[in-house]
Amino acid sequence: MASLRDIKRRISGVKNISQVTRAMQMIAAAKMRRAQEQVRASRPYAEKAWEVLVHLSQQPDAKGQLHPLLSARPINKACVVLITSDRGLAGGYNSNIIRTTAKFINNYDKPISLVTVGRKGRGFFARSKYPIIAEFDGLPDRPTLLDILPIARIVINDFLSFEYDEVYLAYTDFINTVVQKPVVKRLLPLLPEKMDEQAVAEHVGQYVGSRHPYIYEPGPVELLDVILPRFTELQVYQAVLESLASEHSARMVAMRSATDNANELVADLTLTYNRVRQEAITKEMMDIVGGVEALK
Amino acid sequence: MPIKLEIVTVERMLFSDDVDMVIAPGAEGVMGILPNHAALLTALNYGELIVRKKGQDDQSFAIGGGFMEVLPNKVTVLADVAEHADDINVQRAQQARDRAKNLLESGNLSMDDMVRAEAAIRRAMVRIKVAQKRRKQRPISQD
Repeated sequence: MASLRDIKRRISGVKNISQVTRAMQMIAAAKMRRAQEQVRASRPYAEKAWEVLVHLSQQPDAKGQLHPLLSARPINKACVVLITSDRGLAGGYNSNIIRTTAKFINNYDKPISLVTVGRKGRGFFARSKYPIIAEFDGLPDRPTLLDILPIARIVINDFLSFEYDEVYLAYTDFINTVVQKPVVKRLLPLLPEKMDEQAVAEHVGQYVGSRHPYIYEPGPVELLDVILPRFTELQVYQAVLESLASEHSARMVAMRSATDNANELVADLTLTYNRVRQEAITKEMMDIVGGVEALK
Repeated sequence: MPIKLEIVTVERMLFSDDVDMVIAPGAEGVMGILPNHAALLTALNYGELIVRKKGQDDQSFAIGGGFMEVLPNKVTVLADVAEHADDINVQRAQQARDRAKNLLESGNLSMDDMVRAEAAIRRAMVRIKVAQKRRKQRPISQD
């Protein structure tokens, strides 16, 4: 049986831990809200850019010579951009996305290399000796488009120079506070058949009667040249934000259950403490009573 | 009939309102958009975007590249960088310009870095210009 002092020390230790985890939980909750707001704020731009892109890619002028970022080609090599966090203590967040990605890579029948964002993903795949082309970490808490630009640039340039023929984006989709879903999604090439026919019809049909064709400045091809990389960057940006929101909410949930567990442990320990104390008192009293009896 | 103007950047929706005229720095020159303009899609240059509305002072924005889609009664600006004239910090813009200038003068830059530095200078100049014009127009509002 542990001594009274030991139990007391443990109780205060566990209490300290629960304070730390509670603080982390609260911080994570605040950061999650901020990340969610950022995701929301980037949506209007994404929707607009998508509309414009869909509409441009449908242009007959552009059809003849499909933009390289839009056209599929035989696949010899692929690349995955993996987004994880820099820090742990986020429940299953990192291991979920890493497991999903590893499974994806193992099922893929062509050689695949990695671009990692965040220390956790790099750590795992470097240990398992996967080829890593580039690694990024230390993204700020509120990343701007500028912060993720280098990530997008690398894959766009390598894709255009035929380093790899497909690029995937592995990130964690933020569904709600409790559910985050690890996904692997194709980033490049952007396939036109994936574009929503209905959206095109709505957008183009509504405004562009055959009588009033669009004016393009400069030409549609030049416009595509600018908007496609931008759109790709945007997708990476949004994936980073989604992952960030997921990371914080996973951490929040993990820390909440850690706090709950700590509190439970404190309750248990307090009970044990009281029982041990009671026993000690009883024993002392027995001793005294025994001593008095003996003296009689 | 007013035009519905939206200025959107990746980080936020900057402006959304009905206006009477939009003057934008198009890739092929500055253009003024009035209601019932033909459908148009254009890239944007670095420059000043002016929003005009009857009975109000012009509002101006520093734009750093992007796109603009014009429909008969709706204009959408997708800006890479956009800032309202009132929000521009002239000092910081000047610092950015000087930094980029020094970088250029220091020489031994790669082609990419040079292009980037030049772009930074142009961006900073636009912001300075827009902000200073604003200051001249309404000296009282600057406190």
